[in-house]
Parts: sequence; C-alpha cells; structure tokens
Amino acid sequence: MHADPKGVLTGIHFIDGDHAACEGALAAGCRFVAGYPITPSTEVVERFASRIPLVGGVFIQMEDEIASSIAILGGAWAGKKVMTVTSGPGLSLMMEHIGLAVITETPCVIVDVQRGGPSTGLPTLPAQADLMQVKWGSHGDYEIIALSPNSPQECFDLMIKAFNLAETYRVPVFFMMDEVVGHMTERVEIPAPEDIDVVDRKWTTKKPGEYNVYQAGADLVPEMVKAGDGYRIHVTGLTHDERGYPAMNPVAQDKLVRRLINKIRDHREDIVDVREDGVEGADVVVVSFGITSRVAQAAVEQARVRGVKVGHLRLVICWPFPATRIAQLAETAKAFVVPELNMGQMVLEVERAVCGRAAVLPIGHAGGTVHEPATILNKIMEAAQ
Amino acid sequence: MAKSEIRVGGLGGQGVILLGHIIGKAASIYDSKHATLIQAFGPEARGSACSAQVTVADEAIGYPYVKSPDYLVIMSPDAYTQFAPQLKPTGTLLYENELITIDDRLPAGAKALGIPATRFAEELGRRLVLNIVMVGFFAGVTGLLSKDAMEKAVKGSVPKGTEELNLRAFRKGYEYGVELIGAATVTG
Repeated sequence: MHADPKGVLTGIHFIDGDHAACEGALAAGCRFVAGYPITPSTEVVERFASRIPLVGGVFIQMEDEIASSIAILGGAWAGKKVMTVTSGPGLSLMMEHIGLAVITETPCVIVDVQRGGPSTGLPTLPAQADLMQVKWGSHGDYEIIALSPNSPQECFDLMIKAFNLAETYRVPVFFMMDEVVGHMTERVEIPAPEDIDVVDRKWTTKKPGEYNVYQAGADLVPEMVKAGDGYRIHVTGLTHDERGYPAMNPVAQDKLVRRLINKIRDHREDIVDVREDGVEGADVVVVSFGITSRVAQAAVEQARVRGVKVGHLRLVICWPFPATRIAQLAETAKAFVVPELNMGQMVLEVERAVCGRAAVLPIGHAGGTVHEPATILNKIMEAAQ
Repeated sequence: MAKSEIRVGGLGGQGVILLGHIIGKAASIYDSKHATLIQAFGPEARGSACSAQVTVADEAIGYPYVKSPDYLVIMSPDAYTQFAPQLKPTGTLLYENELITIDDRLPAGAKALGIPATRFAEELGRRLVLNIVMVGFFAGVTGLLSKDAMEKAVKGSVPKGTEELNLRAFRKGYEYGVELIGAATVTG
C-alpha cells in the first residue's frame, strides 16, 4: 500500500539526519512515539512532537526510557505503528522491554543515535559501539533486525524500510544512527506518497473465537489484532502457547523460541541488505557500516588509484549479518579490512564468516570522531601486501 | 570546482549555523551540487563559541569534517584565534573587520577580506542580520555558488515576514564583496 499523504512532506529539503529520520517515520505511518530526550537523538522527537498534531497521532515525553520502551508496546497493541528514540544510556535502560517486544511479537522501531560510551561517555560525539548490544542486550535467545543509515537521505529511506520490516516480521527493529549522521545536514528528497510503499500490519481476517493470537502459518509470523476489536486475547512475557496463555514447560519453550528465531533466520537472505562496490575478484574487501562506510569509500578510491584491487561491502542491514555473502567472497579475497567506531565488534562476525580462509584486519576506534581516511588506506595497503 | 571546504565561526546567537545552512542549502537544492553541513555540537548557549563546517562538491561527499578550510568565515575574535591557523595557505579569510584584527595567526599566503558587517546590519535596521550580510559577502567574494541560488536559500531559510530585510542585507554584503575582490590584500 502507499503512504498516507498526511505524513509525507514531499519535496526537497536541507535537513539533518535526526529530522530526516522523523520524516521517514511519519511517511512510514508511525503515529505514536514515546521517548525521553537524550543527545544526540533529541531532534528526532522534537520534530515528531511538533509535526504529529498536524498529521494526527500522539507523542508522549515519558518519565524515562524504561517507561518509553513499554509505552510503545502498548501503542502497538492499540493498533498504531510505533517508535521510540534514544542513545546509549537510554538504550541500556530499554533492554528489558526489548525482550518483551520480542516474545510478544510487537512490531516497533527503536532508534539508537549512537554516541561514545560506556555509560554517559561522549554525549555529543559519535560511536558505533552498540552493534552487539542491539543484537544481544536483552536476556534470552532471540533475533532482531538492525539497519544503519550513512546519510540524512538514508535516514528517511531506510526508516520506511525499518517500519516495513517490523510489521512484516513482527519484531523490534533497531535503527542504528550515530551522532555524525544524526547531526549532519544534507539534501533529502522526499517522494510523493504514491511512490512510497508501506507495509500494513498483518491483521487477522479470522473472527473472534476462531482466532489464536500466536498461531502462525508457514512464514512463522502470526496475524495480529488490536485492542477494541472485540477479540479476547492474552499477551504475556511468559512463555506461552498459541492462545497466548502461559505454558511453562520445555515443549512450549522449544516451540516458541524456535519460531521466534526461525521467523528471522529462515528469511535471512531476504532481509540481508548490502551495497557492493567492486568486491567480485577483489584482493582486499573493506567491510563497513554507517558513517564509517563514507570514510571507507574515500579510502577505497584512493587505494584503487594506487593499483590495489580493493572492493567495498557496506552493510545497510547489520542484523541479520550477511555471513553467506562474506563467506563467498572469502573464497577469492586475500584479506578483509574492517573499520568500525568501536574496538572490534563487527569484525568478530566477519572472522566467523571468513572462517580462516583469508586474513581479517580490524581497524578499531574508541569513538568521538570518525576514522581518518589515511588510516583505512594504510590498512588496505598493508592487506594488499 | 571539485570540492570546497568552508568553516564558519562566531558566537552563539550571531547566526553562525544559519550562515552555514544557507550556503549548504544554496549548493544542494538550488545549484545542483552536493553539500554537507556539520555543526560543532556542544553545551554552548548564546554568547559562547560556535562553528559550522560546510563541504560543497560536484561529487558525493565521503569524509564529512572540514580540517583545513579553503574559506574561513569569521564573526568573532575567539573564532579567529581558534580557526585562523587551520586555513589553507591558498585559502581566503572573510571576517568582520570592526570586531577582528588580523595577526600572524593567518597562514602566509592566505587572502584576508574584511567587511564591517555589524555596522552594515545596524544601518539596515537590525543588527541580527549581520550573518546574512556575511552570506552576501561570501557569495560576492567567492563566486562559489550562483547569486540566484544564494538568494533563494536566504529567502527559504529566514522567518516569514523578514525576507525583504534579509535580501537587502544579502545584497549589501554581496555588492561590498564584489567591489572588494579586486583589492584583495595579501597578509602574513
């Protein structure tokens, strides 16, 4: 279906990534946001708070991030597309409810405009050190989806994709920005509503009495209802059966956890999204995501001038990780170079996929700024030796 | 023009970020170029140091920060002290010359072009439009972006009802800049 015109600010704008992310959410149909302001993400909710009365929806500034992350789950079960927005310290507080969103299969988007950590760290400066936290931060076994834009335009475009994935798979979707992308202002083109494809919630067509809240078909994703539609449903964080009732035994646990994980793993190759530049037959492949991909691209082009056969594989979606593609490239590449604004997180996944068939050279960075292109260039030259 | 890097510096409240925003908007919306604006983001409020970095290029911009600008647009003595040494030796300093005195911090070979922008703004009726006088001065001196694109960006960036005043401010700075170009002084 097409985007609701009320939420689409069609035109050409010169806005920052935070504002573009907000416009993406509005275009995607997000009509409920609960959040607690935190640098460098605050501009997303500031804009949402000023725009949403004109579009028709609700913004609530909650007392903290714990409350924000549970309020959006309520909003989703009331029928709205929902989002919360935060940065590192807030994300840590939200972890309990990310697990609740996973087990209750509540579609939601969690924006994390990453800043330097641990703890309060560097509120106004960038990092990409929450990559593992978004994947593993809540307890228990689960799968999520995470996207990472590298420009204000992508903050708009990929936000629509984030909502569409959340609805398709009924899973929390993380939108991993960083301080640079959030506060960077560039041209952003917002298309006409009829040129924006949005995925509606997977509403049930079954009647009350015939409907089981957690009964899934072949795609492993159950149909949903909302409060007020006349269905009697039970939604709980306890392990539950297809009716939603607590079923605390190993059989129910096995059935539920396997389905929660497999609804993502079985569709992994559909979800994975990478941008490739000259990776086929390359001796060196640079793997990057988010803001680092822009710096890495500059280094890749400089290395090509020096005669190195180097490719660039950029993760648009970080989770699920494109392990299959990297394993393919490891058949021919001599080395992988992995710059990231953390001390070595994505590189662990690259090493797992490469599995010893090529060298893997990390370029860690503690955050606070981006890499120097020369640092990445030097590592590419070293890898090409 | 392949790529031009611009640093704007001044005090919070002088319209430093808006100045950078107008240059970026003119380039990326009205002049078919690429532009990236980065603003120094910190706990600063009005009256403290404030700066913006703008990259304007024909091609997509990768590395977003400005380390060594081609153009330095400076509206306060502190910003001059902080940023003048970063200017490229082939670069140009555009400065408020009744607030700032040039010294040997400016790299040898760099051009320095001054404008009494605050006085011009006061003569136009509002000191607030100082930054738009500087926008005009930048446009007139550098010729980096078309006058038409710059005027559209000014109109599209200032509060409704103030367009005429701001366009007068822009033109004042623009004309002063065009006249001054021939008389560029080399210092350092």
